[in-house]
Amino acid sequence: MSYHEIEVRNLHFSYPDGHEAIKDISFTIYPGESVGIVGANGSGKSTLLSLIMGILFPDKGEVRVGDVIVTKKTLATIRKRLGMVFQDSDDQLFMTTVFDDVAFGPRNYNLDENEVKIRVEEALEKVGIPHLIDRAPFKLSGGEKRAAAIASVLSMKPDVLIMDEPTSGLDPKSRRRLINFLKGYNHTKIITSHDLDMVLETCDRVIVLKDGEVAADEATLEVLTNGELLDKCGLEVPLSLQKCPVCGMVKQHR
Amino acid sequence: MSKIVDSIYNIRLLDDLARKDTSIHRLHPVSKLLTTIVYLIVVVSFNRYEISGLLPFVFYPMVLILLAELPVMPIFKRLLMVEPLIIGIGILNPLFDPRGRITFASIMIKSGLTVMACLVLVSTTGLDKIAQALRTLKVPSIFVLQLLLTFRYISVLIEELARMVRAYALRAPQQKGVRLKDCGSFAGQLLLRTFDRAQRVYDSMKLRGFNGEYHSYSKSKITWKDILYIIAWSLFFITARVYDIPAFLGLLFERMSY
Repeated sequence: MSYHEIEVRNLHFSYPDGHEAIKDISFTIYPGESVGIVGANGSGKSTLLSLIMGILFPDKGEVRVGDVIVTKKTLATIRKRLGMVFQDSDDQLFMTTVFDDVAFGPRNYNLDENEVKIRVEEALEKVGIPHLIDRAPFKLSGGEKRAAAIASVLSMKPDVLIMDEPTSGLDPKSRRRLINFLKGYNHTKIITSHDLDMVLETCDRVIVLKDGEVAADEATLEVLTNGELLDKCGLEVPLSLQKCPVCGMVKQHR
Repeated sequence: MSKIVDSIYNIRLLDDLARKDTSIHRLHPVSKLLTTIVYLIVVVSFNRYEISGLLPFVFYPMVLILLAELPVMPIFKRLLMVEPLIIGIGILNPLFDPRGRITFASIMIKSGLTVMACLVLVSTTGLDKIAQALRTLKVPSIFVLQLLLTFRYISVLIEELARMVRAYALRAPQQKGVRLKDCGSFAGQLLLRTFDRAQRVYDSMKLRGFNGEYHSYSKSKITWKDILYIIAWSLFFITARVYDIPAFLGLLFERMSY
C-alpha cells in the first residue's frame, strides 16, 4: 500500500528564459488518492510533474514526499518512492528487450537476479503483456509500448504512480485497457491529461491548472461538471457528461 | 527517406542477432571478448609487407559465422561500409612506396579481418554483454558507459532525422534530398532535438535509479568450456603468427608431388 503523502508548498518555478511556469502552487495528495491534474497546453502540468520528481528544482517553495523534502541530496529516496511514466514511451524504453527494460529499475537497486525476474513477470502480468517479454521494444505497437513503459515503472514497486498524458496516442481499445488497469490500481496515482473522460473514470479528485496557478482543486465530478470553470481554463466538459447529440439526454454517471 | 528508416532497423539487426541461442552465443561474454582481443593484437602485429601469413586468420570469423548461424550478407555489407575509410588511408601507398601495392593489400586484409571479428563479436554477444564483460575486466565504468550510450543514442539521432526528413520531403515533393541552403538549419535543428530527446531518455533512466552503473544481465560463471575456447583459439592464432601456414602447406604439397 501507499504510505506517503505528497505535499507541495508555495511552489514557484521559472525557466531560464524567464517564463514563469509555476506560480505559488500548494496542495497535498494523501495516501491512496487518485488525483488528476488537468489544464490547457502550457498551463504547467509537465513542469509540475518534473518538480515533484526532482528533474527540475523550484525557485521558491518545496515538495515533500512523506517526511523527505525533494532536494538533490534526497533524490535517490524520492525516486524509489515515486514512479513516473513518460508521455512518450520511446523515451522510457531504450534497452534491447522488454525484459531488460522492465528489469532496468530493479537492477539499479541491486536486487537479486531472481527477485528481478519475479518483479518483471509480475509487472508484465499486471499490464497484460506477459507474452511480449522477449520482444524488442521498438517493434511494439503504441499501446504495447505504453504498457511496457508502465511495467518498467511498476517493477520498482513505487508508492506513487505518476503518469504524464497516459492515453495520448492510444487506440480506443488500448485506452480502455489502460483505464481498466488504472481503476484496479489502488496505490496513490497522479495523472496529468487532456483526456477528461479518462480522468472522470479514474480519479477521485482533480486539480485544474491555469497559467501556472491552481484554478480549482475539488472532487472530480464537481470540477468536471462546472462548464464555466472548465471553459475559463481552456478545457470543456467531458464528452460523457455532455448532452447526447441525438436524443439530448445526459448520460447518468456513477 | 525510406533508406533512413531502414537504417534504424539495420542498426538493431546486430542486437537481434545477438539474441540468438547457439553454442557461440551461449559462451561467456568475457571469453569471447578476450579471444577477440587476442585475435586483433595478433592480426595487427604482422608487418606491413605480410599477406600470405594473414590468410589463415580468415578462418576465425568464418567458423564463428557458421557456428553462430549469422547471415553472411548483412555482416559483409557492414564490412563494406568501413572500406572507403580504409581505402582512404592506404590509397597513396602505391605512389610513395615501391612495394606500396603489397602494403595496401596488407592494410585492406588486416582491416577486413579486424572489422569482421568485431562485427562477429557484437552480433554473437550484444553490446550490453560486451559492456558487462568490459566491466568484469575492470575497464572504468565511464568508458563503458560512453560506449553503451553512444550505441543507444545513434538510433535516437536517426529517428529524429527520419522525422525531419519526412516532414521536409512532404512539403518539397519536387526536389531530391534537402536543399543546400536549408542544410544549416536542418543540422542545427537535429542537434537541438537530439539534445532534448537524449535529456528525456536520461531523465527516465535517472528516475529509475540509474547511477552510472549499467546492470544488464545476470552474472553467469565462466566454465571450463569458456576457458577452453580462449585457449584453443589463442593457440591457433599464435601458431599461425609464428609459422607461415600457407607457405608450409605449399612446401608440403611441393614435396608430395615429387
